[in-house]
Amino acid sequence: MSDDLVIEAKGLTRRYGRGPTLAVDHIDLAIKKGEIFGLLGPNGAGKTTTILMVLGLTESTEGTVSVLGHDPLREPLQVKRRVGYLPDSVGFYDNLSARENLIFTARLAGIDKAEAGKRIEESMARVRLTDVLDNRVATYSRGMRQRLGLAEILMKRAEIAILDEPTSGLDPHATFEFLEMIRGLKADGVAVLVSSHALEQVQSVCDRVALFNKGKIALQGTVEELGEQVLGLRHDLLVEADGQDIAARLGKIEGVSAVEPPGSGRGLLVRADRDVTAEVVAAATRDGGRLRQIRAIEPSLQAIYNRYFEGVKDAA
Amino acid sequence: MRREGSPFTGTGAVFAKEYADHLGSARMRVIEALVVIVGVVVVWVAMRDLKDKVTQDQFIFLRLFTYAPESNPVNFAGLLTFLIPLVAIGLGFDAINGEFNRRTMSRVLSQPIYRDALLIGKFLAGLATLATGLIALWLLVMGGGLIVLGVPPSGEEVARGLAFLVIATAYGGVWLAIAMLCSIIFRSAATSALTALGIWLFFSFLWPVIAPAIFDGILPLIAPQRVLAGSATADDVAGLLDVQQLIMRFSPTVVFQEAWLGVFSPDQFTEQQIMRIRLDPRLGHRVIPGSPLSFGQSLLMVWPQFTFMVAGAIVIFTLGYVSFQRQEVRA
Ligand SMILES: Nc1ncnc2c1ncn2[C@@H]1O[C@H](COP(=O)(O)OP(=O)(O)OP(=O)(O)O)[C@@H](O)[C@H]1O
Ligand SMILES: [Mg+2]
Repeated sequence: MSDDLVIEAKGLTRRYGRGPTLAVDHIDLAIKKGEIFGLLGPNGAGKTTTILMVLGLTESTEGTVSVLGHDPLREPLQVKRRVGYLPDSVGFYDNLSARENLIFTARLAGIDKAEAGKRIEESMARVRLTDVLDNRVATYSRGMRQRLGLAEILMKRAEIAILDEPTSGLDPHATFEFLEMIRGLKADGVAVLVSSHALEQVQSVCDRVALFNKGKIALQGTVEELGEQVLGLRHDLLVEADGQDIAARLGKIEGVSAVEPPGSGRGLLVRADRDVTAEVVAAATRDGGRLRQIRAIEPSLQAIYNRYFEGVKDAA
Repeated sequence: MRREGSPFTGTGAVFAKEYADHLGSARMRVIEALVVIVGVVVVWVAMRDLKDKVTQDQFIFLRLFTYAPESNPVNFAGLLTFLIPLVAIGLGFDAINGEFNRRTMSRVLSQPIYRDALLIGKFLAGLATLATGLIALWLLVMGGGLIVLGVPPSGEEVARGLAFLVIATAYGGVWLAIAMLCSIIFRSAATSALTALGIWLFFSFLWPVIAPAIFDGILPLIAPQRVLAGSATADDVAGLLDVQQLIMRFSPTVVFQEAWLGVFSPDQFTEQQIMRIRLDPRLGHRVIPGSPLSFGQSLLMVWPQFTFMVAGAIVIFTLGYVSFQRQEVRA
């Protein structure tokens, strides 16, 4: 196993019951140190099951997984000491305060008392819960609980953070804040494995993603790589320019397949299958034309996701 | 497959949290109320009925535990036979499923501890809570007795009382293990509580009725020919009584009753106990007919009951342990 891989799964499989369907079907994963890796896919695709196998909370039927060089089933304590987990809709002891909850976790994690006290203050400050540190968790909103879960991971100084749908049920502002905190983890050098349905958010924080479908990883890579695989190699541009017959002029450039109004906003969407930026600039500024704006359109994960699953449905 | 690290890492943390939770919980308030009510009633009855017998009775303090007024034939120890299981079930029925329902289980188990620590810590915390209640009650009754009866208990009486405390805690352990097993098997706390109470009802009230019927049913199969012909020797009878007793002893309630009778009534035996004492080579030749058993002899007599309860608690706990190890933690 190479040094900068923190999680490596090979042929990981999980079967429930005796049926022929596999909840997780021979997946390979390789997550590098300090990267944010997204698990995507519809409900029941096998994301949570994969996470549980990585944590050793459920046994795999087949295949191997290695976390920081350890087998989570054989050496669970080694793994759990260095991995932080924020489960889907996390729960705390409502009758205790946030501080008491974290003290309990710290004791389980074997952090000594004085050190734990210090770390709790620090991590709660980072998730901006200092004011309510001594309030009972029963009084916490969903967003606050989610942040408390993150504080627990920070307190543990985990090298890997595994977050299962951390932003589901959060309002847009809370989501934004939470994503910022995930980026903060990355800045600390923590590898983050995050599962989510919120494609835009995943796209905005993840370095690489894996697209799950019926227990298999259908696609894996950076968003650009996925875009290439699903949508084909594209060099779409958004152009805003003044001048006569701009659309017609741009349409004549070799490699441009279509010029159309964009879904929203002003300007023109230039669809091209090679890099036509220079030609577009030249064409737009010819004959007194004025180019106001030109920018490359990155493939949206939403578009990739929709296209991919349309394709799957057509094939079925 | 050898596991790294100690299975007990974290047990202390779990124990401390659970014990503090129990002591601060509404359940503890209920237990406290029970302790006070039961204690006061026992002392009051003693004041009414036992006070005059102080000079006549060598074991007057033990009578506090075993005396039952004629109007209401339930003594203190008998009352505890019913109360302890109820309290133990109350402490254990949501031990594990509660963690799932609060969705704290996967967070706790993703910490560097084994599941053993959670289970053992919770069991010990429940047992400690139960013992706390029992000790409080015991002190209340002994103290109240001291005031009301006006004489201090003898050393032997205190020793017998302490032995009873230990035995009662072991009995509580059996029911706590049963309650925790239910909390592992059933995800719904209500189902778990109901099942545990059902088991308690069965063993407390139905088993004493069913067991003799079972014995009668198997008697023709196990009895020697001469017994059926009507000429049984003392050994035959003792042997058959042992079988009947063995069937009865599937119920922890029955075992506990035998044990506290043994501890508290050094001078009152049933026919069968007398026969067993005579036949037991460890006891027989040392028992002087008509005089009470010594403390050591009483302990020897109830030792099997005590070990049976401890072993029972361990077996049931292990069943729970095995099924908990195999559970998937998705919450
Ligand atoms: N205990 C179980 N017994 C049988 N099947 C199960 C069990 N747990 C999960 N499954 C099945 O495994 C598959 C994968 O479930 P998993 O929870 O991993 O999906 P997911 O990708 O996390 O979905 P979601 O987005 O809804 O959280 C599902 O089809 C589910 O029905
Ligand atoms: Mg899931």
